[in-house]
Parts: sequence; structure tokens; C-alpha cells
Amino acid sequence: MVWRQLTRGLRGVFQRRAADQDAADEVAHYLEQAAAAHRARGLSPAEAVRAARLELGNATGVREQMREAGWESAFDDGVADLRYAVRRLRSAPGFTAVTVLTLALAIGTTTAIFSAVNPILFEPLPYPHAGRLLVIDDRSQDGTALDVTFGTFRELTQRSRSFDALAVLKSWEPTNTGTDAPERLNGQQVSAQYFRVLGVPLVLGRDFDPADDRPGGARTVIVSDALFRRRLGADSGLIGRSITLDGSPFTVIGVMPHGFENVSAPSAEVWTLLQYDPAPPSFDAREWGHHLRMVARLRSGVSVDAARRDLAGVARTSSAEFIRPPWASLKSGLLLTRLQDRLTETVRPALLSVLDAVLLLLLIACCNVINLLLARGAEREGEFAIRAALGAARPRLMRQLLTESVLLALVGGACGIAVAAFGIRILVALGPADLPRMVAIRLDTRAYVFALFITTVIGLGVGLVPALHASRGDLHAGLQQASRRSAGRHRTRRTLVILEVSLALVLLVGAGLLVHSLNRVLALPPGFDPAQVLTMQVQVAGPRFGPDSVTHRHYAQALEAVRRVPGVADAAFTSQLPLSGELPDAYGVALETNGGDPQHGDPALRYAVTGEYFDALRIPLVRGRYLDARDAAGSARSAVISLSYARRVLSGADPIGRRVRFGSDTSWLTIVGVVGDVKQSSLFSSDDAVYVAAPQWVWADHARWLVVRGLGAVTALAPALKQAIWSVDKDQPIVRVGTMTTWVAASTAVRRFTMIVFEAFALVALVLAATGIYGILAGGVTERRREIGVRTALGASRREILSLVVRQGMGLTGFGMVIGLGSAALASRALVTLLFGVSTLDPVTYAGVIVLLLAVALLACGVPAWRAARIDPAQALRTE
Amino acid sequence: MGSMDEINTDVIQGTLDMLILKTLSLQPLHGFGIARRIEQVSRGVFKVNPGSLLTALQRLERAGWLDAEWRQTENSRRAKFYSLTRTGRKQLDIEAADWTRRVSAVARLLKAEG
Repeated sequence: MVWRQLTRGLRGVFQRRAADQDAADEVAHYLEQAAAAHRARGLSPAEAVRAARLELGNATGVREQMREAGWESAFDDGVADLRYAVRRLRSAPGFTAVTVLTLALAIGTTTAIFSAVNPILFEPLPYPHAGRLLVIDDRSQDGTALDVTFGTFRELTQRSRSFDALAVLKSWEPTNTGTDAPERLNGQQVSAQYFRVLGVPLVLGRDFDPADDRPGGARTVIVSDALFRRRLGADSGLIGRSITLDGSPFTVIGVMPHGFENVSAPSAEVWTLLQYDPAPPSFDAREWGHHLRMVARLRSGVSVDAARRDLAGVARTSSAEFIRPPWASLKSGLLLTRLQDRLTETVRPALLSVLDAVLLLLLIACCNVINLLLARGAEREGEFAIRAALGAARPRLMRQLLTESVLLALVGGACGIAVAAFGIRILVALGPADLPRMVAIRLDTRAYVFALFITTVIGLGVGLVPALHASRGDLHAGLQQASRRSAGRHRTRRTLVILEVSLALVLLVGAGLLVHSLNRVLALPPGFDPAQVLTMQVQVAGPRFGPDSVTHRHYAQALEAVRRVPGVADAAFTSQLPLSGELPDAYGVALETNGGDPQHGDPALRYAVTGEYFDALRIPLVRGRYLDARDAAGSARSAVISLSYARRVLSGADPIGRRVRFGSDTSWLTIVGVVGDVKQSSLFSSDDAVYVAAPQWVWADHARWLVVRGLGAVTALAPALKQAIWSVDKDQPIVRVGTMTTWVAASTAVRRFTMIVFEAFALVALVLAATGIYGILAGGVTERRREIGVRTALGASRREILSLVVRQGMGLTGFGMVIGLGSAALASRALVTLLFGVSTLDPVTYAGVIVLLLAVALLACGVPAWRAARIDPAQALRTE
Repeated sequence: MGSMDEINTDVIQGTLDMLILKTLSLQPLHGFGIARRIEQVSRGVFKVNPGSLLTALQRLERAGWLDAEWRQTENSRRAKFYSLTRTGRKQLDIEAADWTRRVSAVARLLKAEG
């Protein structure tokens, strides 16, 4: 039955002509038969035909009735509505263009923001049962997360009961040589269970063998699909063969699937085993350094809270089998975080507020479109009255109006997709570098569905208000007196303008607060002078650099070569660079006490630097001396400490001459100087720091930052500096070239991003609100032409007319602003985590926004007011 | 439509479907054939409105109670012949039973008065 309904109905839709012909034939045949019957009864042929027609009634009507028996007739009405809507919209190109443009902007921007926010915050990570993926951190005394030690990892794998698999990882940047040009690869050293934790199977080859994950185990690598194609020619015969990384052979044992996303390090393309010692000889070994990240897969059926209790239990009770050093004693417990929360914690508040902002913008745009539709509804009053008089039912008229608004929204939505595609590009270009899941930000099915959804909602939503207005009250009155019935519509339009102004004010306040915050942040002293400083990371790799002396000599020669470059004032190497965005390199530093055992101190940043480092960055000396040539490889070991460390640990006592030592290092360093505090991970955090002369450090760092203060413009020096370094060894990679100023700026990228987005949205909101004010005033002036004419004729001056219109506009603006100020005071609380040094009620911001809005509103009032003042009374009175 | 004293020949409301189904249960017919048969069998008590009949045929065919077939008539015109389907026959039984039940109830009520 359903089938028959469907096929017949579809025939009615798609073979309309044939279906109509059938009905016509049937009616004709009926008439013929009836006439024949009448003739048989004795009527003349003409009379017989006439009688038959009379019985049947209106033949067209009958055919129409037969057609309406099927469901497809409703569809036909829809098509008719649509045709009519298209005609109406084409007949008003200006209105259509403005509306479609507004909708396209609003839908496009919202879709773009959705496409960025959805995969990062709301979609699960691209792994099976991604909700079970967790990060485990060691917990420092002040409650912050700390990288774990291998020893802690080993203990947890044995003693915890809540996880299917645990893995630790650290970054690895091997240089691939042997085939093409040497290439520096991004990779990770992981423990054997890493891919089991993620739950992603390999597409080719096999996973790591846990038996190899020990010192001296087989050197194996798993590569990404991209690397497999780029460097290995996608040759599956290569599985089991060996490639050269950092001068040593590694066997390729497996390939990850295409589209595999390694969220902990999105650029990683090659993985090898960590090969740490499960039974380290002493606490001095690297196995007991806080430098690993730990991920875990929760056992099915175990809650995160249960796992947290499990970990707390393990941390609290030590076992004889697993002896812990003081700096990894777990006495402050362990931290358990969902992997997704950990990845997004830095950007979540910013993204959520951007999402809020775009929804406000969408709302403002909708108000504007409703206003445009209402204004147009006023022009079409006569048309609706005539249609109603001709018998159009009210629901039918409403349906017509909704068809028009949905059509507008659909066209706007289609253009909006283009806007969204463009917007996503801007977002990705503008987005902070640490935005997780960057590859997932794209226009996908979800984004299209979202766009279609909001388009439909908007289409129906914005159409409903004008449709209700058009169908309300006595339509016939429209034929008689057009001006009377517009009162209700005007009220709605005024309300909308007030709403727009208030929403725009909220966005403007948000943008203003963020701008202020960023300025405050940038005004924070970094502890060094970033001007005229160029930096680059100089790395060494390969078996040649096995002995530390070779590495030290290489860097010393490179520094000599750099110093000879003209334009270089100061040049130095450092193991880590402030605000470079890299993970901080910190160790527990212990201070020698008078007599008793040294207590194990809290972590302090470790900088292995060469002499001119403090000059190059202009880090001020507070006491004692800088590190210099005296602190050579063989001489007594010296250290320079930061002011905050001196204050905290020595609480006012003179630090010079006291001794410190790093975590597992057994030999002491004598403090020779105190320098000013430097911001390392962000402009906010001021961590304790200890500086050591690079040749006196326990090992030779294989990646060091070159810091060069130039005499003039410093960016131009980059090629000459690289050449100087390559003159020592042309095969060593130089990466991350940038001025110190760019690093400082990059450290505020999330703030800058949020601020720019808010600024852009606030600007659009301002323009929309202004057009809203302009629209209602311009419409009002046109409708009140006659009234204004009468006023002028009765002696009102131009100034009076001008102020009449401006007063109306500014009245709406003022009302909107009052509401907006209240809303902004409440709404800006949502920004509180993004603000710095600025109250959510910052008077300067609010005053600035008020002045700006008033100025723009005045501008929007100006044109209609001026037009009103120019109305010629004689002409105005003659026309209506 | 007509004057006051004209006899009402309208089909009783709601019975047209049943009359069509019953008529077609005897043999397949085209629209006019059905109308004439109803008029003849009812001895002129019911005259079917052609518009209602053709619309009803359309509807019943959609519902699957009738099959329709275009045939060539003797004077080589296209005519649409309707025949009863199996579900149509079931529907006729249901409607006829329902009708009988209701008519006898009405008859009882009318008798109770006298």
C-alpha cells in the first residue's frame, strides 16, 4: 500500500503531464458515456452532451479534485511557493543581496568556528574508546604537574590495577641519512606499549617487541604512513630492512595507517623504543630524571575516580621492590587527567569564549535579517491583503513567508560554506601553534550538517516573526489604510534594534577587555631585552658526536665562527631559550646546608650557557659575577642563580660561596653570582633558575640555542650566521630561526588569537548594529514623510526635524546600551580566565566602548536625519 | 441545487466507498459503468455525483483496494477499468458488516417507538 502511494505519488510529481492526461481522459470518457446514455433515452446529441456536462459540474474542478487525492499535491504547493519566493526575491535584488550577505557571513563564521572548536573540545580523540585515554603526572609539592620518571612508570606498570596498558614517551629528533639528502625527522621514543595504549593497530609489519625495550635491545622503528611514502617509497618490501638514523642502523618493523593522528606530538613520523634500564644501577641514572610523559588506557569498566584511588594507593604505600629516590618519592601523589583535557587545557577557555562570541554575532545577524524582512513586510502589506481577499488562507500566507525566509537562509547558507572555507584557512593561519588537532580542523560532514542545521533553524526563526506579523489582525484593513497597522511591527523592529545594540556592546566590551589584557601581558618584564636579538637552534647528531669533547669543541668552534660575522655584538649558546615554547628543562636542585644532609630541593630550570649569554640577553647582574672564561672544563665548578631562587632558598642570606648540586649529580657547584629573574615558559611564570657553564655541565647538550645580539637590524644576519656554523660542519641541522621578539609574541599566541577573533566579531557586530539603526530610521523617515512635511509646513526648522530623527535613533541606542552594559558586566565574567591585570568591570574599557558605540550610532542616525530635514513639504503633502 | 420538493438522490454520506467496492465485486467496470450500475440496482434511489465518484476511485486505487487498467473500448477510446483487489474484497466485507450492524440498530430504534 505504501509502495503504491509512493510510486503513484512520485509519478504525479515527475510525470505530472501524463498523470494529468490520465485524469483528463477519464473525465472525458465519463462525459462521453453519460452523453451516450442520455441520447439513448431520447435526447438530441447536443442536449445529451449538455446534460452530461451539467451532471459532472466543472470538469477542471473534478480533475483538480482527483489530483488532490494524493499526497503529492502538498508537494506541488510547496513547489509553487518556492517558485513564487524565487520570483519575489529576484524582484528585490538589493534586499536579497544584503540579507544573503548578512546570513552568509553569520552562518559561515559560525560554521568555521564550529569546525575548529568541535574536533578540539567536543569530538572524541581519533582512537577507539578515546574516553579511556589518560595522562598520569607526578605531582610537585605545590600541586602542579611534573613529568614522570622511568622508575615511577616501571612501578606503576607493576603495581597499578586500573589500566590495560601504560606507556611513557619523550621527543626524539633523529637525522635520517644514507638515501637522499639528510633530513631531520620528528619522532618519539616510546615504551613498547605505546600503540596499544592508543589502540591503533599497525597497517603493515608488527608492533614493538617488549623484549627489545632494554639497553642493548634490537634497534627498531615504526614509521608513519607519510614518512613511509616520502622517504621509503611506500615499498612494503622495506619492512625488515634497515635505515640510518643519527648514524646508527634501525630496522623498520612497521607502518602506521594513513590518517593516524599522533595527538601527543602531531608532527612525529617515526617511533623507536625508549630502551631504558628496568633496573637502573643508581638514582643518578637518567631513569630517575623527571623528563617522560606517561599515557594510559583505562581498563574497561573502571572509572576514572577508581583509577585515581588506585594510583593514590600505590603512591602512598611504598614497596620494598620499588625503592624511590627523594625527588620521585610520590609523597604528593600522582595526577590523573583525561588525555583530551590535558591536550586542550591551554586553549579551552579561549575556544569556548570564541564560540560564545560567534553565537552572539549570529544572534545579531539574525536580528538584522528579521528587521530587513519586517521592513519588506511593510512594503508588501498591500500584496498580502489582496491575496487574503482572493481567498488565501492565513496558514497558506505564513507558509509562503516561511518559504521565502528559508530560501533566503539556504542561499545564505550556501554562500556561508564558502565563507566558512575561507574562515577556516584564516583560523588555521592565525591559530596558536600549540592548538591541538590542527589537522582535524576542516569542513567535514559534521560541519556541513551543522551549517544546514543552523541554516534551517535561522530560516524558520527569522521568518516566523514577520510571518506572525503578516498574518496577525485583519488583513483586509491593509487594503484600506496602510499606515495604521504598522504600529506592532514598529515595536518589534525597535526591540530588535535595542537587542542588537546591547549584544554589540557585549562583544565590544569583550574585545576591549582582551586588548587591554594583552597589552598588560606584553608590558610584563621578560627579564631580558628582546630587541635586536636573533636566535636559532643548532643541533648535532651522529656517531661522531659520541664523545662529549667533540661536541664541546664543535660548539666552541661554531661560536668562534659566529663571532667573526660582521654586525655581531654578543654571541652565546644556551641549552634552553626563554619563551621558546619548548618544554622547560628542570632538575631538583639541592642546597648544601651547614653540616647536615643536603635536602632535596624543588626543581629549578637548568641553563647550560656560554659566557656572553647574560650580555647577549642583557640579563642584569644582582650580586657577584657572571659566568666567564674562568669556568672552563677542568676548573672548579661554578653556578649563577636567579634572584627568586636566592630569595626563596637563602631567604636573605648571602648566597655567594654557598654550594648547590643537581638531582642525581654528586659533585657540588659553588654559587658565584646572582642574576635577575627571566621568564621561561610564559610571561607570567617566574621559575627559579640555575645557570652553569656549558663545559662544566655533566654532559654535552646536542641541541643548543645560539643567541646573537646584533649591532643593527638583526634578521639580515641569519644567512651569514648559518654559513658561519656550517663552515665548521656543513651537515649539522639549524632549526627554529627567529628573533627574540617573535618568541615573546608567540608566547602570547592564544591571547592574541582570541583577541583578534573578538576584535573582528565586535567590528562586524558594530557594523550590523549600525545598519540596524540606520534601517529603522530610514524606514521611519520614509513612512513619516507626510508627517514631517506637515511639521515643516507648520514652521518646524531643519534643526528641529534633524533632532527629531536623531533623538529617536539615539533613544534606541541609549536603551540598548543600558541593557548591554548590564549584560556585558555579567557576560565578561566568562572571560575572566583569559583576562590579565584587567577587571571585568574595567572602567576605561567600558567608557571607550560607550564612546565608540555612540559615535557610530550618531553616524547611522545622520543620513536618515539629513534626508528627513531635506523633505520638501509641498511635495510630501502632495504625494500620499 | 434543486427545489424543495425534489427527491434526495444523494448517496448516503460515507457509503460511497462501500457501494463502489460492492459494484466492482461483481465485475470490472469503468467510472460511468459504476455510476450507472449503482443507479440501476438502487432503482434510481441513489444518483452518484461524478466528481465524487472519480475522486473516490482515485483514492481507493491509491489505497490498494482497486486495481486500474486502461483498456481500449469498442469505439477505440481509452477507458480506465477498475477491478477489486484481494484487500479490497476484505475491506468490502468489513464495511458491509459494519453497515448491516448499524442499519439494524437504526431499524430497532425506529421500531421501538411504535
